[in-house]
Amino acid sequence: MDTTAVAKTGTEGKLWGGGKQPLKASYGKLMMWFFILSDALTFSGFLAAYGFSRFKFSTEWPIADEVFNHFPFLHGVDAPMFYVALMTFILIFSSVTMVLAVDAGHHMNKKKVTLYMALTILGGAIFLGSQAWEWSNFISGEYGAVETRSGKILQFANNEGERVALEDVASGEREGLRQQHTESEGLWYMDEKALPEFTLDQIKAGFAANEDLRIRTMKLDENGEKTILDRETSLDYLNNRGIGIIEGANMTKNEYGAPLFADFFFFITGFHGFHVFSGVVILIIIFFNVLLGTYEKRGSYEMVEKVGLYWHFVDLVWVFVFTFFYLV
Amino acid sequence: MAHDTATHDSSSAKKRIWSVFIILSVLTIVEVIFGYIRPRFFVETTFINTPILNWLFIILTIVKAYYIVWAFMHMEHETKGLRRVVVWTAVFLICYLIAILLIEGGYIEEVYTGGHITWDF
Repeated sequence: MDTTAVAKTGTEGKLWGGGKQPLKASYGKLMMWFFILSDALTFSGFLAAYGFSRFKFSTEWPIADEVFNHFPFLHGVDAPMFYVALMTFILIFSSVTMVLAVDAGHHMNKKKVTLYMALTILGGAIFLGSQAWEWSNFISGEYGAVETRSGKILQFANNEGERVALEDVASGEREGLRQQHTESEGLWYMDEKALPEFTLDQIKAGFAANEDLRIRTMKLDENGEKTILDRETSLDYLNNRGIGIIEGANMTKNEYGAPLFADFFFFITGFHGFHVFSGVVILIIIFFNVLLGTYEKRGSYEMVEKVGLYWHFVDLVWVFVFTFFYLV
Repeated sequence: MAHDTATHDSSSAKKRIWSVFIILSVLTIVEVIFGYIRPRFFVETTFINTPILNWLFIILTIVKAYYIVWAFMHMEHETKGLRRVVVWTAVFLICYLIAILLIEGGYIEEVYTGGHITWDF
């Protein structure tokens, strides 16, 4: 300020008059806040786009409780949301250890910063593993479905309205049209998508033979439940509309319903998971710096605080993803 | 303001952290319980075309977001200026974005289901 050409500006003593730090935050922290703000807007854009598509297909959107109902070691047990709730707790708890590390940093307690940062990294790693498990369940699917000419999904249910898997509908063994060609088994090899394990004819034959089976469409009734057709309409839908079989989920098709559902799931949880991953990497770097005593020498643990801001932001985003993907 | 928190005695800062953790956990548990039971009354009663169950989830989420930003990210110790720069910008832009996209999505749904073309064949 000493080199300013104008000696007096007439604003001396005012907060924004110059020569002061009105926001009382360091450059690094301020920039971290602005990065977080812009990243928050990016995520809002994604979630709002998800909301747009969900509103567009509001009469046929998949029911989250039916899609995400797995829990480790409880195979076949219907446990909607419990696993995601557990993941949420893991992430919240890693936020707690992070803020404890920041607090220990304020007291220049190197030992405690080390301990709490290690716990935070552990929490982040567990979360990432959980997300991988969640993805693999989503991709492999559970019941399977039939695709119609218009790209809609037909699922199977019995007279009581309980879901029935493709393998229980199909007549005969899992055989498929032919054997999948693999690179190891031929000189001439062309990549192809995984073949469905049943043919559509097997499904049609099995369905016609079993009087107990019905078709469950994507349409939601006024109670928010999927419509189950009567037997005759079911046969008509399957025989005249079905064109193929879908097991699990990929970017273009999924057995749960609207294709956009899987796209948004992969993209938003994937983008969040990428943030968690980069957060873990940054945490590890800072963790080693703490071990080496970099911040001890610097006399301030502000770097821990900055990575802490980022880590809490990742937690914050997850809170919203949890609500809009799994609850609402 | 790092130094602000440092001047607090360490036990009160720690107490705040753990109490916020308990609040966040309780809110999450409430969400999961409601999401699991889905009480009929909450699903059937609607407010602005949305079941009040969804409103409950959204409000609890915003409360959780408030605690994370204020307590964990130390927003409560920052100056008024920084708080406004970050929070107001986000709140206004996000409200605008959501309003535009959801209204448009609702309109397209109307055209999609009410038009003369069938999409299901």
